[in-house]
Amino acid sequence: MSETILEMRNITKTFPGVRALDDVSFSVRRGEIHALVGENGAGKSTLMKVLSGVYPHGEYEGDIVYEGEVKAFRGIADSERDGIIIIHQELALVPLLSIAENIFLGNECASRGVIDWRETNRRTGELLARVGLRERPETKVMHLGLGKQQLLEIAKALSREVRLLILDEPTSSLNEHDSDALLELLIEFRRRGISSILISHKLNEVSKVADTITILRDGMAVTSLDCSKGPVPEDRVIRDMVGRSLSDRYPSRDPKIGPTILDVRDWTVRHPIDTSRLVVDKVNFTLREGEVLGIAGLMGSGRTELAMNMFGRSYGTYVSGEALIRGKTVDLSSVPAAIDAGLAYATEDRKTFGLVLDQTIRRNVPLANLDGIASKGVVDRHREAHVAEDYRNRVRIKSSSIEQATVNLSGGNQQKVVLSKWLFADPDILILDEPTRGIDVGAKFEIYTIIRDLAASGKSIIVISSEMPELLGITDRLYVMNKGRFVGELPTAQASQEKIMSIIIKAGG
Amino acid sequence: MDQTVTTEPTPVRASGVSFFRANMREYGILIALVVIMAFFQFATGGILLRPVNLTNLILQNSYIVIMAVGMLLVIVSGHIDLSVGSVLGFVGALAAVMIVQWDMNYVLASILCLGVGAAIGAAQGFWIAYFRIPSFIVTLAGMLVFKGLTLWLLAGQSVGPFPPTFQLMSSGFLPDVFGGDGINILSLVMGLGVAALLLYLAMRARSQEIKRGLPTEPAALFTVKNALIALAIAYMSYLMASFRGLPNVFIIMALLIAVYSFVANRTTVGRRIYAIGGNEKAAKLSGIRTERLVFLTFANMGMLAALAGLVFAARLNTATPKAGLGFELDVIAAVFIGGASMSGGVGTIVGAVIGAFIMGVMNNGMSILGIGIDYQQVIKGLVLLAAVIFDVYNKNKA
Repeated sequence: MSETILEMRNITKTFPGVRALDDVSFSVRRGEIHALVGENGAGKSTLMKVLSGVYPHGEYEGDIVYEGEVKAFRGIADSERDGIIIIHQELALVPLLSIAENIFLGNECASRGVIDWRETNRRTGELLARVGLRERPETKVMHLGLGKQQLLEIAKALSREVRLLILDEPTSSLNEHDSDALLELLIEFRRRGISSILISHKLNEVSKVADTITILRDGMAVTSLDCSKGPVPEDRVIRDMVGRSLSDRYPSRDPKIGPTILDVRDWTVRHPIDTSRLVVDKVNFTLREGEVLGIAGLMGSGRTELAMNMFGRSYGTYVSGEALIRGKTVDLSSVPAAIDAGLAYATEDRKTFGLVLDQTIRRNVPLANLDGIASKGVVDRHREAHVAEDYRNRVRIKSSSIEQATVNLSGGNQQKVVLSKWLFADPDILILDEPTRGIDVGAKFEIYTIIRDLAASGKSIIVISSEMPELLGITDRLYVMNKGRFVGELPTAQASQEKIMSIIIKAGG
Repeated sequence: MDQTVTTEPTPVRASGVSFFRANMREYGILIALVVIMAFFQFATGGILLRPVNLTNLILQNSYIVIMAVGMLLVIVSGHIDLSVGSVLGFVGALAAVMIVQWDMNYVLASILCLGVGAAIGAAQGFWIAYFRIPSFIVTLAGMLVFKGLTLWLLAGQSVGPFPPTFQLMSSGFLPDVFGGDGINILSLVMGLGVAALLLYLAMRARSQEIKRGLPTEPAALFTVKNALIALAIAYMSYLMASFRGLPNVFIIMALLIAVYSFVANRTTVGRRIYAIGGNEKAAKLSGIRTERLVFLTFANMGMLAALAGLVFAARLNTATPKAGLGFELDVIAAVFIGGASMSGGVGTIVGAVIGAFIMGVMNNGMSILGIGIDYQQVIKGLVLLAAVIFDVYNKNKA
């Protein structure tokens, strides 16, 4: 067996009142892909922060042995010098600078402060080729999609002679194609002897590439599974993650589908900047009462753009299209009008579009329906507290109280606050854009249950998701979107991942 | 998943000390005002709280307080208004031209002036809200424009004096209807009434919070805080009553503070302004008409700047081209000393008012002590910096 590059021995890290890591031991061999999985709050990020020096030596107990030496990192700069590079979920790129400038930011090819642009661009070209990114070094990062930005982060890591690459949820916002490209790259690195630690919620990806899977639960390392002798069943991993077996990953349901409630005709949207481009092109669809409708498609296929434009023209330029609710044309030209018409849109980007992060749960929940807690414009604070408490219990927002600021909640609980906000607005039609992005398995199941219960109560739900198993697990009917058009429609019972992909590919990928 | 999660409401009953720490922002500013007043009261040998000086203190700061109320809303919504000083000067000049030169009725002129102020604010708010021009730029332009227009309107001269009835707004006092001996009984009764009302409201709110199991202040802290506030108001009104009574402008100020506190804390409009400042995109996607609200916030600011302009002109009894010069900085400083955040979404009306009085007490106290204007500026600048550092430090620690 190959040598051990990293060994973390008996790491314990406590915060006031919480033991975030409890005697965790964890080791990585040279040239392996080591997956670290666990529910949100299990301690994965804390462990990686200890490793990379964010929590400096002395703030934790235990030893870090890296390449045979006990290390005492005092900060990220120390661990980076030793070739340990961490790529966070929130990318750290400067959008207005070019690819080359970003790669060499703080590490410029310069002599006496004067940058050698020719050398910079040459080396950038090499690094881009290594990660398979076909872009010019001068291109500004703001023009790159998320997938490419992720690859750029990796190129940046390569520029610093990485020996241990840590990726925190690298694929959570990537589509299938970009995710695959990224995973391929990890496999390529393995061949070259670079070790990777992959933190991910996507178990199908983990089982595809990982050599070893370490599972954390409640701050303890539960087990390490060796995948070299053959793939470990996902159910086994889930059982260890949640500490019990999860018989079914999707709640069972018994759909009661009523008459058509929403009928959308020829909806067309122009790109806000590149006005020659139609991001949504003559889309027609229907939605029925009590139905859970899925919209599948690759990232950038126009799903979010369609939803946001329908919701008060919040994205792009509306060109044409008509929406009928219960047979009557409705005005969706502003967000308040769309809410009045009975629509709600829960965003894919909770932090930017969903929550007022510094405010409490109590303040966030009634935000879309302030009149519901007020009479004649005066807020009834008791009703407000009551409403917030009610939703906190109903959708199980784990928090110390309704007075907790939403910025301190985990992703899953933030998502529940966003859902509560829209539930309190009492819409007939709920559009959920990537409702489980970046959320752990247990919280996902809870979100699915909320969706099921809403449908059972007669609400109609549109789910936009890049995770096909999720769409197949919770919807009744699917539309497939590609390049701004709806290219296929099929009942979920007859759908499969392969079928959906083949529809996309036939439509011209 | 976990079906056994307890979902009982967990009433927060923190100990006095930890509650105090958690609400450091709010208490800190109040304590700072008390400490600063105590210091100057001692250093000036008791001059600071003499009835005549206290009355002056209120009169001198009234226009800053009036504008701070509007500025708080502007800053909470995530913007800034640099034009208020110039607008104050312009409206004062306009009032002088209308009342003194054209002999217009002063009530009509005042109403027209408030309208003009609102229109100026609306004009600036229009570009900020609907065209997304940064408020810093728009109001910087406004500051220059209205400074210039003031000069033009007054042709570089001072215009005055105003008729005595107009001056009453700033220099008048509540009449002594009961003919007390050396004391204005109406003023005293009003002051005591306000103190009693505040106490009653605080106690009622607390008893309701307890009844509903909501988090409350620890009893000791609640008692001390409210008793101090009530006593302070009672004592101040006694002091002022023993001079000439409560100034008219004090009544205007108190009303504005009460109304705008209510709007900020208790109305849906207030909730929406705080949401816009906290996260404009999220607010917009929650169905809040963010543009219209920002527009109205600036229109309101313009109107309050106009009111301050009238008060200031009436107090000086003349409109001068230099009126309002640099006031915007005092107003903005007051709001930030009062705990508002530069990025929006945070701040209270009461905090801004206390911030204005901290600045006012320091101005007044340092002048009594004969400290030169040079050092005064330095000290005020350092106090502003210290206040904001204290805020940021507390926020990071939390």
